[in-house]
Amino acid sequence: MPRYLARRLGQALLVVAGVVMLTFSVMRLVPGDPAVAYAGPKATPDELAAVRERFGLDDPLPLQFVNYVRDLLTGDWGISLHTRRPVRDDLYQAFPASLELVGAALVIAIVVGIPIGVLAARYKTKFPDFGVRFTSMLAVSMPVFWLALTLQLVFAGNLGWVPIAGEYDSSLDTTSPLTLWTNITIVDALITGNWPIFTSTLEHLVLPALVVAAYPTGVIAQMTRAALIEESGQDHARLERALGFGETSILTRFALRPALSPVLSLIALVFAYSIVNGFLVEAVFNWPGLGRYAAESIKSLDTPAIAGVTLLIALVYTLANLVVDLLQGVVDPRARAR
Amino acid sequence: MTATGAPLRRRLPRIPDRFAALGAVIIVIVVLASLLAPWLAPYPDDPNPLESLQPPSAAHWLGTDKVGRDVLTQILYGGRTSLFIAAAVLAVSAVVGVTLGVVAGYAGGWIRDMIMRVTDVFLAFPALLLSLALAVVLQPGVNTVVLAIAVTWWPWYTRLAASVAASISTRSYVDAARCLGVPAPLIILRHVLPNSLTPVLVQISLDAGGVILTAAALSYLGLGAQEPTAEWGLMVQQGQTLFTTNWWVVTFPGLAILVTAFAFNVLGEGLRNALDPRRAVK
Repeated sequence: MPRYLARRLGQALLVVAGVVMLTFSVMRLVPGDPAVAYAGPKATPDELAAVRERFGLDDPLPLQFVNYVRDLLTGDWGISLHTRRPVRDDLYQAFPASLELVGAALVIAIVVGIPIGVLAARYKTKFPDFGVRFTSMLAVSMPVFWLALTLQLVFAGNLGWVPIAGEYDSSLDTTSPLTLWTNITIVDALITGNWPIFTSTLEHLVLPALVVAAYPTGVIAQMTRAALIEESGQDHARLERALGFGETSILTRFALRPALSPVLSLIALVFAYSIVNGFLVEAVFNWPGLGRYAAESIKSLDTPAIAGVTLLIALVYTLANLVVDLLQGVVDPRARAR
Repeated sequence: MTATGAPLRRRLPRIPDRFAALGAVIIVIVVLASLLAPWLAPYPDDPNPLESLQPPSAAHWLGTDKVGRDVLTQILYGGRTSLFIAAAVLAVSAVVGVTLGVVAGYAGGWIRDMIMRVTDVFLAFPALLLSLALAVVLQPGVNTVVLAIAVTWWPWYTRLAASVAASISTRSYVDAARCLGVPAPLIILRHVLPNSLTPVLVQISLDAGGVILTAAALSYLGLGAQEPTAEWGLMVQQGQTLFTTNWWVVTFPGLAILVTAFAFNVLGEGLRNALDPRRAVK
């Protein structure tokens, strides 16, 4: 196991190095002068030269890359061109909101996806299986931005069951201000006992979380179903059948636990995917997360901010992959040999 | 005809299940409708301010948009854009990905390790994210979408082809060719590549839906197809401010994306099950 751990960590570091190089190259591909973008179109040549000097834009590319890596490691992720704040601070504010949205979505996806996967496996080729396969396939094929617009119109606009957009009612900031601990609003509201903001956040969260949950629910249901069906064909299931256990108890008592191993690794992967998928949902519901930040950065061609978002997500993705592999290495020794 | 006289029916790939059959039928319809758009479309693909925002009616089955374009016409033409993007992305990714993959799988050793580490880096970016970053840097448009998505898609084919090619490279007919002194490029081209293609083709059909969704998302964000190109994601984006009063301008293009992606996904799944009976659950 230690050798596997070391090898896998080394691989992850290599990937991170590659990711940094790729992000750097994409930044350098940007048409237009970053100095002009920062100083504004009316800047004098002297001001431009000062900006160039400050950001080292006149240095040779390899040197710029070395400086870029050094800055990243020391926590300097550059200055956003549109908020004029350090990108790191912006990300620190936006990322928790995205985590909140995706976390809620994954809770929904697990709570719904696994049971309906079990249901489909129990009644395979029967009507419930047909229904689950059909709806989970629909969920996986759903254009999220369209689903977001449609549910927003129906449930927030026409029926008025939930608020249209935003993270919570901002007037609450004056009546019951929130103490920040984790920057995740709903968690902070819960641990500080701020019920007005907690309920308001919950109301605002339901609809966007349901939309983000569509894809993970679909794949989790499909994976649970497939893994259970494979597991229930194993020898141990045959033995359990011979001992007189019914199909339902074979699935839930014996097959479910081994079948959940691939489902768990799927969840880690789908988590990182959902953050990016959530960008589209954040745009529709005006959710103050990474997606909105990315959209604003894209509009203003804010390269340091775009690079920051890209890098952060890639790191999360790499980390999720690493965790999955290590967990599987612990659970299944065969995985270490790969 | 077969020498053994087996019924022809058994030699054809079985239609795996009703889902997949449904998907295949929908895809045939979507492809035909898109190809024949200039003949099928009830109206020319031009603005007509006099007919602005008509609700669905006998004259305009799916209504008209803000500048008076017939929504059905736009959807038919939009299908051309979506299918073109999907075909182009998958062709580019498969060619690049499979080429690198069979080389990696056949060669093994450090060549394989190097290629695989490169794919790891690209796979660390979710497709939509790297596409976003690239689409910002390049001029928005259909070609940019193709390039941006293909850049994130090829590594999957490399991984797939590498693992298949590695197992084929251990077969005795490859050993035999090697012993006869056949040069490696020829072995790859004549033996490894042809035998690696089936899973790749299945993967292509599984991926088409995802590519269509990603392309639509990029266009929805304004980074993909631009006016006056008809594109489904773009139609949703242009209609969204009018959605509350004119539901048809958003609903129908979104349904077009959903139905097409669904059809490719079920067909791909059916093909995979048919070719890999271990995964098929009867």
